[in-house]
Amino acid sequence: MPSFLLSRLLSMFTVLLGVITLIFFLIHLVPGDPVQAMLGETATPTDLEALRIALGLDQPLLTQWWLYMSNLFQGNLGNSLYSKEPIIDILIERFPATLELAAAGLLVAILLALPLGSIAALRKDTIYDNGAMVFSLLGVSIPNFWLGPMLILLFSLMLGWFPVSGREGALSLVLPAITLGTALAAILGRMVRSTLLEVLNEDYIRTARAKGLRESAIVIHHALRNASLPIITILGLQLGTLLGGAVITEIIFAWPGIGQLTIESIQRRDYPLVQACILLISLSYVFVNTFTDILYGWLDPRVRYSV
Amino acid sequence: MYKYQIVIPSFILIIWFALAVFGPWLPLEPNYIILPNILQAPSSFEWLGYDDLGRPVLDRLIMGAKTSFFVAFGVIFVSVTVGTLVGAISAWFGGYIDLVLVRIMDVFLAFPGILLAIALSGILGPGIENVVFALSVVGWVGFARLARAQTLSLRRREHVLAAIALGARTPRILWYHILPLLLAPLIVEATFGIAGIVIAEAGLSFLGLGVQPPTASWGSMIKDGTSYMLVAPHMVLAPGLVLLLVVLSVNILGDKLRDYLDVKSR
Repeated sequence: MPSFLLSRLLSMFTVLLGVITLIFFLIHLVPGDPVQAMLGETATPTDLEALRIALGLDQPLLTQWWLYMSNLFQGNLGNSLYSKEPIIDILIERFPATLELAAAGLLVAILLALPLGSIAALRKDTIYDNGAMVFSLLGVSIPNFWLGPMLILLFSLMLGWFPVSGREGALSLVLPAITLGTALAAILGRMVRSTLLEVLNEDYIRTARAKGLRESAIVIHHALRNASLPIITILGLQLGTLLGGAVITEIIFAWPGIGQLTIESIQRRDYPLVQACILLISLSYVFVNTFTDILYGWLDPRVRYSV
Repeated sequence: MYKYQIVIPSFILIIWFALAVFGPWLPLEPNYIILPNILQAPSSFEWLGYDDLGRPVLDRLIMGAKTSFFVAFGVIFVSVTVGTLVGAISAWFGGYIDLVLVRIMDVFLAFPGILLAIALSGILGPGIENVVFALSVVGWVGFARLARAQTLSLRRREHVLAAIALGARTPRILWYHILPLLLAPLIVEATFGIAGIVIAEAGLSFLGLGVQPPTASWGSMIKDGTSYMLVAPHMVLAPGLVLLLVVLSVNILGDKLRDYLDVKSR
């Protein structure tokens, strides 16, 4: 296990370095002058030059990159160009909201996918199965920026059950979580169905049946448990999509998280803050994937020894 | 039943294609503002009603079909070309080239795709070519990974070994002996890719980072409509349903294509 852990962490570290570098170069190599964009068309050349020097943008690109990296590893992300506050403080203030939303979306996805996929697999080729598959197809096809407004229209504006937007209390979390979790529920539900169908054909399921175990015990303890590995993998891989979807969901519901901050910063041309937001979400994603890998190795010893 | 599952989605996609390509020749006025008609509900005269500026929603939907169609096929073309090339080269040459290219792919895969696209198009500014660029930067990796995995197993096949033994050059082997066998999985992946790109383009436009107004996109139409949902629900319903229909059709056909070409699901 220790060497497995080490190899995972090492590969996480190289990917992290790559991610930071890629974001840096993407932002700096993109055509267009950020200084001009920040100050507007009316800025004088002296102003432009002054801001360029103040931001260190007059240095060679590699020097800038090195400076950025060394600052980053000292926990210094610089200041926001718009509010002048330290970026790290802004991120700390906003990140919990995104985490909360992502966790709730994940919960919705799992709560929908497990029963849906199980029923579809156990009642294969019946109306239940077909219904679950239609839901799954709709779920992956419906854009969250349409589902969200539709939910608002129905449950907030017409029925008045939930607040339209904002983050105040548990009720305000319901619609954003459904909006975010539906697509993942659809993908996951399919995965649960297909892995469960495979597992249900195994010998040990027949043994369990022969022993006279209750069907629910067979499904929960014998089948779902063994089907959990591929499901966890998909879950880890799809978390990136979930985090990306959180950006749009946050905009729909005016949810004060990192996604909303990203879009606000793009509109204000606050590039250091944009860079930091993308970095934070990508880092969380890399982190989650590494954690999934490690969890996988812990659940299934075969994985650990094959590395 | 099975037949309808192919005929209906194909029909929808053909309409999408036709409206995108031939829309400009139709007598449409997607940008013509009729002030007295602002937010007017659908009627027998104007089937889908008018938007918040008094522009006909149906005409704008057809204009939006063009946007999503050209973005989808532009991005797929760039992504498949670049991805297949990188993936095949990576697997064929192996060694350090493979090591470096795989690391680069890993880094791109470490981003939630739509986020990278949001950042890129945010920095590049709105515009259809910037959307295509941003989504292609995100899109090529999936194809590269697929092409690499396939090429890795294909390069050991006997017909490839025979070609090497006969002294064929690398580009010739890749083009004539590897690429034809890569096509089936690539086509399936590309089909699902189109669904993803149509949603992503609309998503970017929803965030105000897509095409520049007054050009219509289904995403920006949904965005505009959200402010008037109670008074003019048709503004959100129409583009949303059209978007859903197209994406649903692509996904259904993708499923069928996967079964037909017998490509293992990922």
